[in-house]
Amino acid sequence: MAFPPEHEIHRRRFGRNVGIAVTLALFIVLVFALTVVKVTRGDPMQAFDHSVRPELAVEEGQ
Amino acid sequence: MSDIRAYEQPGEAGFGDYVQLLKPRVMSLVVFTALVGLLVAPVSVHPVIAFASILFIALGAGASGALNMWWDADIDAVMRRTKSRPVPSGKVQAGEALAVGLALSGIAVVMLGLAANWLAAGLLAFTIFFYAVIYSMWLKRSTPQNIVIGGAAGAFPPMIGWACATGSISVESLLMFALIFMWTPPHFWALALFMKDDYSNAGVPMLTVTHGRKATRTHILVYTLLLIPVALGAGFTSIGGPIYLAASVALNGWFLLGAWRIWRRDEAMAEADGYAVEKSVFRFSLSYLFLHFGAFLAEAALRPYGMGGW
Repeated sequence: MAFPPEHEIHRRRFGRNVGIAVTLALFIVLVFALTVVKVTRGDPMQAFDHSVRPELAVEEGQ
Repeated sequence: MSDIRAYEQPGEAGFGDYVQLLKPRVMSLVVFTALVGLLVAPVSVHPVIAFASILFIALGAGASGALNMWWDADIDAVMRRTKSRPVPSGKVQAGEALAVGLALSGIAVVMLGLAANWLAAGLLAFTIFFYAVIYSMWLKRSTPQNIVIGGAAGAFPPMIGWACATGSISVESLLMFALIFMWTPPHFWALALFMKDDYSNAGVPMLTVTHGRKATRTHILVYTLLLIPVALGAGFTSIGGPIYLAASVALNGWFLLGAWRIWRRDEAMAEADGYAVEKSVFRFSLSYLFLHFGAFLAEAALRPYGMGGW
């Protein structure tokens, strides 16, 4: 039995779905890139984590 | 049964129809002016953050365009210039345009806040509100000053770009705002003069309809005269310089000549040559704005080589 010919509306829906998929994929890439930039641009950070860190101690007179 | 017509929806839009909802041509002006605002600022921005910022400013502008198309579907259907837009042509349902507009507005504002800063995001939110509510819902159908006050919506993008880079508002960003704000009325009134019956058929109180065409011609000249000091004044700030000032003097001289020629003509003369002068001034006004912002960009680009700026 032959397949019925594809209706124009199916092509349009397929195009719409592909468009949304590509947009979402690009959005994910953009958010990832922003995250990488934001995280790697920060100054070296450290905080109290239950071990002695002399460099975190406030020096006298400050 | 496999007959597709049994479940076909009336407004089955393609992806391109949703893109058209975002007014891509208006978006190109927004992208350009916002980019210039961001690049001429005295603070450098990481390229990824700059790209994301411009993208979300453009998305916000597109969202306000979708909200405008939702609200104005009735008058868009009457006007020749707008009747092929997705909502009046039946490709996209009005409710869909509203949903797209609201969703994209939220995404654009929040993402701009996260990517750049919350001042820029706040300005973007205000711009969307101004265009969709103040201009589209209130001013457009109630006052012939719709273009004058509504022009503020189109004037915000360079200010938002500047805020993305600096996190502040300054004289320079206010002057870039003022340049577009003062440019908008003569630009749109030149269009209204040769899009003769469109606005009156739609019942939009354009100046040409409420005060007549002679008064519109006078308004174009007066607003062009008011635009000139703003355009030249920007040349004396930190974003200006000799290149900008030379370009601005030439562009303003040409624009003023065009406005004066429009003012001198009457309807009979305009009808006789098919509104040739009005059309040429309208086309030139687009170049006028692009070249002013291009000159800002040139000053900023040449500054590292010791040539741009004062």
